[in-house]
Amino acid sequence: MTALITTPNIPDPDEFYQELIASQRDLSDEEAAKMNAKLVLILANHIGDRALIRAAIQTAGGKVATAQKT
Amino acid sequence: MLKTYSYPEFPFVRSAEQASGQIARHPVVVIGAGPIGLTAALDMAYRGVPVVLVDDNNTVSIGSRAVCYAKRPLEIWDRLGCAAPMVARGISWKVGKVFFRDELAYQFDLLPEADHKQPAMINLQQYYLEETLVARCVAHPLVTLQWKHKVVDLQQDDDHVRLTIETPDGIFQTEADWVIACDGASSDTRRMVGATFTGQVFQDRFLIADVVMKADFPTERWFWFDPPFHRGQSVLLHRQSDNLWRIDFQLGWDADPEVEKSPERVIARIKAMLGDTVEFELEWVSIYQFACRRIDKLRHGRVLFGGDAAHQVSPFGARGANTGVQDVDNLAWKLALVLAGDAPPALLDTYHTERAAAADDNIAHSTRSTDFITPKSPASRIYRDAVLELAREHAFARPLVNSGRLSTPTPYAGSPLNTPDRDAFDGGIAPGTNAADAPVKIDGRGGWLLEALAGGFTVLMFGAPPDGAVIAVGSVDARVVAVGRDLEDTKGLVARRYAAAPGTTYLLRPDQHVAARWRAFEPEAIRRALARALGFGPGREDA
Repeated sequence: MTALITTPNIPDPDEFYQELIASQRDLSDEEAAKMNAKLVLILANHIGDRALIRAAIQTAGGKVATAQKT
Repeated sequence: MLKTYSYPEFPFVRSAEQASGQIARHPVVVIGAGPIGLTAALDMAYRGVPVVLVDDNNTVSIGSRAVCYAKRPLEIWDRLGCAAPMVARGISWKVGKVFFRDELAYQFDLLPEADHKQPAMINLQQYYLEETLVARCVAHPLVTLQWKHKVVDLQQDDDHVRLTIETPDGIFQTEADWVIACDGASSDTRRMVGATFTGQVFQDRFLIADVVMKADFPTERWFWFDPPFHRGQSVLLHRQSDNLWRIDFQLGWDADPEVEKSPERVIARIKAMLGDTVEFELEWVSIYQFACRRIDKLRHGRVLFGGDAAHQVSPFGARGANTGVQDVDNLAWKLALVLAGDAPPALLDTYHTERAAAADDNIAHSTRSTDFITPKSPASRIYRDAVLELAREHAFARPLVNSGRLSTPTPYAGSPLNTPDRDAFDGGIAPGTNAADAPVKIDGRGGWLLEALAGGFTVLMFGAPPDGAVIAVGSVDARVVAVGRDLEDTKGLVARRYAAAPGTTYLLRPDQHVAARWRAFEPEAIRRALARALGFGPGREDA
């Protein structure tokens, strides 16, 4: 398994962050929440690796049941 | 009274033992003549065991209940000689549509794998299904079907069970070596043995409405999430036979069942859904709520629980009746062998091991469907809606939409009856998994592999086994069926589905599940695997 990258990996951090924030500027809280959910689903599908996604969920502070099968 | 169906009334017949007052001892008494109890009686009779089936009522299932029957139960019913009339009367659908709010999110075609005798599933009213099973029970010389017989007390002894039964003629007692309890989700038998039945009760209500369509309507399954005609809830529409359509409205927990059940209210809902131009007649209305629960042990001494008496699931994915029939498939051969003294009673503990795991798997599947259909928190509703919106344009999101998954058999992967693979297999049917069907020719006539694998233990070999090869443990022998000698693999699908090369050998249990497999026919290895599948060890771990 590829390890989850937690060291800097985005070449233009300021621009990336600005783009992310700007993408939701005109959205209500509810719309932004749904957009975030879609973003998670799209990125998770792109990654595809269940162990990697699980590591990301944990890193984000989410709860993951132990003894999961991959 | 339904417009498309009138319920039969079966006669109460006083039994000879009640008339004489002489207590009889039966090998097996089955309690409950629903789909699972009827199947249990037929499967015991199929295995040569005389069986008494008692039911406290005298007709078939009332109203709209189980609808969808999947391939594996149909294969089991085919072995018992019942599937043909069910499939002939049942409806098959292929196209499913998923709507979100006022738009079609996507549609799919099931495209079931070809070259299986039974379809992937049929929709059929439960009363028709039961009628077929009742007719078969009545015709079977080993089945005694007794209506209006209510079990009011059950006492277990070391070597038998004593039942007290109430009939219109009064109360009498009878005895059984073994009891199979298929008396439904609110099983009295379960209470009588002191079993617990625990799990999750879902705080939601559903309205079932069956309608007869007056004109053609496409034979498709339609599922709505949050439709304009029923905001915030889900709705399912699918077809049964006789142009009868089943509609499930999710109502939520706060709905008042009595108000919701009124015909005016229901008809208004359906009109909003189908539009004003579609003419229909309302046939049946009821309200249900559901739970996912399992009994602590499927075996309590000499009482074995099957169907809803053992486990209850949500209706999404049609898992109730389908999994119950597979309980019976698992139990009947074991009980017949134990009754004959050919297997140790501990073999019956593996009924719990294997089917409790299947029940837990079914409950997990049905809980996942429920969590998608009824999100339990605002955050999970956001994810659910995001999936449905993405599904419109993006194929990746469609497998995440869960409006109920088709019931498929749960492999007995960790069963102590399996002999783990020693040889290399890439694909095929792993130990603990049900055997796949395929078209074959036997004596020049077209047939099906599962027909050739029906009965007791079978050794399926690709190629020519040694002359006179006999695989036996005690008086149990495994019949050798050789592909190429006893049957012709007309389309090459037997070899493909079993990942076979010349010499490949499978040992199949009487319930058509793989016990072991090898790359060569080795009588001693097969014999050891047979002993293990009979419950003689090694390394047994019973729950």
